[in-house]
Amino acid sequence: MNPFTFTQASSVDAALARLALPGARPIAGGTNLLDLMKEGVMRPDELVDINGLGLDAVEETPGGGLRLGALARNADTAYHPLVRARYPLLSAAILAGASPQLRNMATNGGNLLQRTRCYYFYDVGTPCNKREPGSGCPAKDGLNRLHAILGTSEHCIATHPSDMCVALRALDAVVGVRSTRGTREIPFADFHRLPGDRPDLDNTLEPGELVTHITLPDAGRFAAHSTYLKVRERLSYAFALVSVAAALDLQGGTIRAARIALGGVAHKPWRVEEAEASLEGKAPGPDAFGAVADIVLRGARGYGQNDYKLTLARNAIEQALSTAARGTDYAKGEQR
Amino acid sequence: VTLLDLLRDRAGLTGTKKGCDHGQCGACTVLLDGRRINACLTLAVMHGGREVTTVEGLADGDTLHPLQQAFIDCDAFQCGYCTPGQLCSAAGLIAEGQAKSSDDVRELMSGNLCRCGAYPQITQAVTQVMGIEGKPGEGGKPFTTGPVLT
Repeated sequence: MNPFTFTQASSVDAALARLALPGARPIAGGTNLLDLMKEGVMRPDELVDINGLGLDAVEETPGGGLRLGALARNADTAYHPLVRARYPLLSAAILAGASPQLRNMATNGGNLLQRTRCYYFYDVGTPCNKREPGSGCPAKDGLNRLHAILGTSEHCIATHPSDMCVALRALDAVVGVRSTRGTREIPFADFHRLPGDRPDLDNTLEPGELVTHITLPDAGRFAAHSTYLKVRERLSYAFALVSVAAALDLQGGTIRAARIALGGVAHKPWRVEEAEASLEGKAPGPDAFGAVADIVLRGARGYGQNDYKLTLARNAIEQALSTAARGTDYAKGEQR
Repeated sequence: VTLLDLLRDRAGLTGTKKGCDHGQCGACTVLLDGRRINACLTLAVMHGGREVTTVEGLADGDTLHPLQQAFIDCDAFQCGYCTPGQLCSAAGLIAEGQAKSSDDVRELMSGNLCRCGAYPQITQAVTQVMGIEGKPGEGGKPFTTGPVLT
């Protein structure tokens, strides 16, 4: 590891003052950052320990939603009674990711900021536009079994690895951030970005900004019909090849509203609201679900080894929607 | 310095193992204020004043922890390298109180790899201590890519 300065922040303001300095990064759970530092992929000059700042509450908001503290641990969030009851989709997505040990350490804010697991990004002996802008992307013509099929650019075909973020995208979460300049609320759709010609930027945070909380709007109408389907190479403790967060507002056999977000297919959680709208007023079933999958995957392309994801994603969307239609309780019974 | 390196190299507590050093194998699992974590992915300096329990701290004097005894009774190891992490992880799992079945135990022990493949015996040992059904291979559905929910 490179030498770095370590400071423990005693207040949010103190942390923000340190984080305003170039080369400073916050550390909370550290599960991804320390790993990347060991590999030499990330080389911060200063780590600002923010674990003493509180920011770990899970609280109800006046509008029937929830506010998740950035420093609440993934495990505490997933097992929180209000999250389980109102956002079973989020609970399921978090528990589908990582391992119990990692979920005990990792925070909600850190989950949003985790980096891609592209092999080339991790291997400092190879070029990578995300790690070293302008050096090239060997994944496009190389080992790309795990890589993106949507929203890619000639500069980067990496995926965002989070499960939690796929559910947060489906649930229209909003990310609250703070810096010495003030506060901002960033809709989840705008938080992560596509690679374009700046794959070094995973998200739209500005320098010195710290995630303080995540707000979930009321999603009561989806709680009874939601599921998180994660397809991976082993049954547990592996990143998604493709994952689908699916939620339906189903009344009297008719879909009133739908939410579909995909993980493992793009540089950010993938959601096509036009596709969701096409389900409104329809009856759940293979015809409707197949048609919606085609819209979600419009423009998808493979890069060789990941061509299988085109078929896998289509099937996963259909399966997740039909599971969601049968109900959240059915989905729980189908576990593994 | 990571908590793992502090325990092994400075405190001389070599029971906690360094497997991958990247949070992928679980061999370094310890309990931090009773919660299981990967000691390789956290800095020791971040945990001043907190209580760390390693495998050395599970037994009560000469009396083995029930999990340790169950691992012996069930022959839940071969080479033994992953065992300290498995034991601490299982102690954390029981404290968390989320596992209700042997399927749950398998899922919630998935952060601990065993290269020798002693998983059926490990599951049996843990479920035996918890007093739930846990014969090797029992209760597990065949592999599917079905939905994963709580």
